[in-house]
Amino acid sequence: MTGVAALVSKVVGSRHNDKDMLIQVLLDLQSGLGWLPQEALAEVSRQLRVPVTRVYQVASYYKAFSFAPKGRHNVTVCLGTACQVRGAPRLLDRTADLLKLAPGETSPDMRFSLNTVNCLGCCALGPVMVVDGKYHSNPSTSELQNIVDSAQ
Amino acid sequence: MKGDMGDAITFKIDGREVNARQGMTILEAAGEAGIEIPALCHHRKTRPYGACRICSVEAEKDGKVKVVASCGYPAEPGLVIRTRSPRIDRIRRAVLELVAPQAMLDGDFGGDLKKLADEYGADIHRFEAQLQVKSRRCILCGLCVRYCDEVVGAHAIGFVGRGIDRRVAFFPEKASKVCANCLGCFKICPTGKIGAEADGTYFGFTVDDFLAGRL
Amino acid sequence: MPTMVSSLEELESLRKDILSRRDHTRPIITVCAGTGCQTYGAADVYQAIVGEVKAQRLETKLEIKATGCHGFCEKGVVVVIHPEEICYVKVTAADAPELVGAAARKILVERLLYVDPVTGQKIAREPDIPFYKNQTRIVFGNNKRIDPKNIEDYVALGGYGALGKALRRMSPEQVLAEVKKADLRGRGGGGFPAGKKWEETRNAPGDIKYVIVNCDEGDPGAYMDRSLMEGNPHAVLEGLLIGAYAVGAREGFVYVRQEYPLACENLNVAIRQAHEHGFLGENILGSGFGFTVKVHRGAGAFVSGESSALMSAIEGKVGEPRMKYVHTAVSGIKGRPSNLNNVETWATVPLIIDKGADWFCSIGTEGSKGTKIFSLVGKVNNTGLVEIPMGMTLREIIYGIGGGIIKGKRFKGVQTGGPSGGILPEQCLDTPVGFDELAKLGSMMGSGGMVVMDEDTCMVDVARYFVNFLCEESCGKCIPCREGLRVLRQILTDICEGRGKPEDIDVIREIAEVMADASLCALGTTAANPVLTTLRYFGEEYEAHIRDKRCPARFCKSLTSYYIDPEKCTACLICLRNCPASAVVGDKGIVHWIDQEKCTKCGVCFEVCPDRFGAVVRISGEPVPPPPMPGTRVVRKHEG
Repeated sequence: MTGVAALVSKVVGSRHNDKDMLIQVLLDLQSGLGWLPQEALAEVSRQLRVPVTRVYQVASYYKAFSFAPKGRHNVTVCLGTACQVRGAPRLLDRTADLLKLAPGETSPDMRFSLNTVNCLGCCALGPVMVVDGKYHSNPSTSELQNIVDSAQ
Repeated sequence: MKGDMGDAITFKIDGREVNARQGMTILEAAGEAGIEIPALCHHRKTRPYGACRICSVEAEKDGKVKVVASCGYPAEPGLVIRTRSPRIDRIRRAVLELVAPQAMLDGDFGGDLKKLADEYGADIHRFEAQLQVKSRRCILCGLCVRYCDEVVGAHAIGFVGRGIDRRVAFFPEKASKVCANCLGCFKICPTGKIGAEADGTYFGFTVDDFLAGRL
Repeated sequence: MPTMVSSLEELESLRKDILSRRDHTRPIITVCAGTGCQTYGAADVYQAIVGEVKAQRLETKLEIKATGCHGFCEKGVVVVIHPEEICYVKVTAADAPELVGAAARKILVERLLYVDPVTGQKIAREPDIPFYKNQTRIVFGNNKRIDPKNIEDYVALGGYGALGKALRRMSPEQVLAEVKKADLRGRGGGGFPAGKKWEETRNAPGDIKYVIVNCDEGDPGAYMDRSLMEGNPHAVLEGLLIGAYAVGAREGFVYVRQEYPLACENLNVAIRQAHEHGFLGENILGSGFGFTVKVHRGAGAFVSGESSALMSAIEGKVGEPRMKYVHTAVSGIKGRPSNLNNVETWATVPLIIDKGADWFCSIGTEGSKGTKIFSLVGKVNNTGLVEIPMGMTLREIIYGIGGGIIKGKRFKGVQTGGPSGGILPEQCLDTPVGFDELAKLGSMMGSGGMVVMDEDTCMVDVARYFVNFLCEESCGKCIPCREGLRVLRQILTDICEGRGKPEDIDVIREIAEVMADASLCALGTTAANPVLTTLRYFGEEYEAHIRDKRCPARFCKSLTSYYIDPEKCTACLICLRNCPASAVVGDKGIVHWIDQEKCTKCGVCFEVCPDRFGAVVRISGEPVPPPPMPGTRVVRKHEG
């Protein structure tokens, strides 16, 4: 069994081989692998006994899943209404310029992935940016630079 | 409680009294009564889907009127249904105009779509500028996917993506094994896309194409 | 060792036992550890306080607790010291030594107190702070008293008592009757009477039924459910249990957005602890009623919060809506009767059972009983979560609690109901908040997002923003929504970028009506509301964009230019140094001017030009004056 197949087996087992848990299984795999390789999706179909069409339909429907490896550091800018009104588009522009990435892209050296999200639920702190699970409220240009420099 | 086949429901469609059995939809009851309601994403062997909205009708009860999809709305005693009205006609015309840019081939519709467009006076070029979409000859009715899933049980073609990135795609690993002997979806595709881009052993739009951004 | 509670008497004993183990003379320092305060460093503050209490050898004198969100997110990190409820704001880890010392000696740290911006007075007690004083925090208030990871805090406050009353002293029909009498309307956006939905589920044929918590909270700008689920998950579970008993369900689901990891974590801890204490599982409180619950995380799709889509996701299928002419209360998950309600709706249920429907109905208005939690955000001074009785006016909320518009700017509109709602203008400020009142004006209450907008917000851009959001979030199944939103998005973008045509408004209205009539689900049928309300109340902004190619708010980049007034410029070089496009030309003593060819309209110069000079202006709808002659020296001297 390959590493991926073993991981799928572990995850599917932890969800009691329950077909209803397809989305939860994919979330666990995305979290464990950082992305969803084709092998993993084929294994999920096989081990959970759901058609491969359904696995891909679900995997391609939700924003949480990626079909390509993500960067080591995930940078997410919130574009929710409150953040929008408090300057999120400019924060996104500044961040995109600094990282030299468009939203959805991963840097060639696999260091960063830049994403947007439609509301993180921290609306009072807008505009909000999350880097590797750490939240930043209205980071200044120098704060942004620090964040980028300290992320290997 | 699901009534036995004897439970008759009586309601009106376009002024005519129509009988239905418990559990029937308006579209089904109309069909049995010989009343035609247009529909693009409906097939009697698959479960109602509600994607095209062409089968929309006005449903009136207790003085309230609402627009419902007849393919899914259950027959109820005392309902008054209108299959044509300025409101309904406008919906059908708008739906055709909105989906036209993606559905056309060489600047025009085929078959059923063309007939509908003519009947409802749809200007199929109306939203070309705003929509700016490539013609994929697909209205995303899902008949192919649902027929393969529910009737054939082969799961060789499926939906991928979401929203305006929603597409249908063959899964070659499965399709190459089962499609040549079936071709069920080829016949029911309302735009003729499948017949034009696949042949049972070759598939012009696959999940790999989707992942590579080619669809 | 957790105590299994198997009767009402044992529950009461447990509660008394917990209280007896607590020293009520000891002050409790509570640190808000909701996601908002976490961003401001709540974890560090908590650790620092713990460390200081140890260092100052005060472990027997002071207790420390990390709680859920207090709601005053603008002032994070918030620390409240019980029992006096002394409130410290904007606390940092460095404040720990002084704070701890003061708490032990029962004196105040003046500099950490809240200062009223109008009177300049310091206010020590949380209930006296205007932000809190004008709220009615019956659902949300316990957040500041509970460590969500410790069920004993919840039990100590009387938690699970309502469940005990329901299971042991009331029949399911009596519970249902009470909730119907309370006229509890759904807090997730639909405002549908919960009791009616419960009744439909109860009466639907079938032995297996489900109850579901919708914690998908997708409306951008709304985070009430997140804070409730993070801070008081047991209140939600207790409500769910009571509802399950009433409708006859033995299994339940909680669907949580994956963007809320802390809510998910705290919920899972709560479920485990509830099981350990016998509040979940078989024969709860000796009643014979058994119930278990599973957690499903979302995976990033706004439309999956729609009830039929959510149920589809729970079945392991793609979270797309389906036709709901047969209600999900009759045929939901796997075709079985399924009762779905919002987090806040469920959290309100224990209160109704505990204090009675009559009490609940004494709060609020005729058509909207009880309270509602809003996320008051945007251009308002006191941003955060506020719980108010239905019937309080928008003005009272935005000014009385919110403290008015930041930087003294002019109020322009308040957006409620998320992407399904609308923006209400100044003349609507005295509207009492309620389901029907807001709907009459073309907006809706929605899930509780209340985004305040000022004179710098372009209403056409706001409409474009919401349409763009929905276009990206549409499941794409039905033609009117998928293609209608795409067309609307293009038209609104064209208008914002100066390509608008007069006939665009008619096209917008036509598509809006078709979408409202013919879309498959509520995402589509309500998608045009933001456009329609902005056309209704801010029509002149559309006209300015289309006819005059002018953005009155001077926000839309394509219609706005930046210009330096040579009379006001002091050649301080600040904008020149900060311009990312090197578009500012000038030197020390030489008036600066902006090269319009290079300018990217980013707005940095406007922001960095010191207020006392105010030399950078935004122009829209008029030609930009030509640059000054090369070498023109400043008129105004640079001060300092």
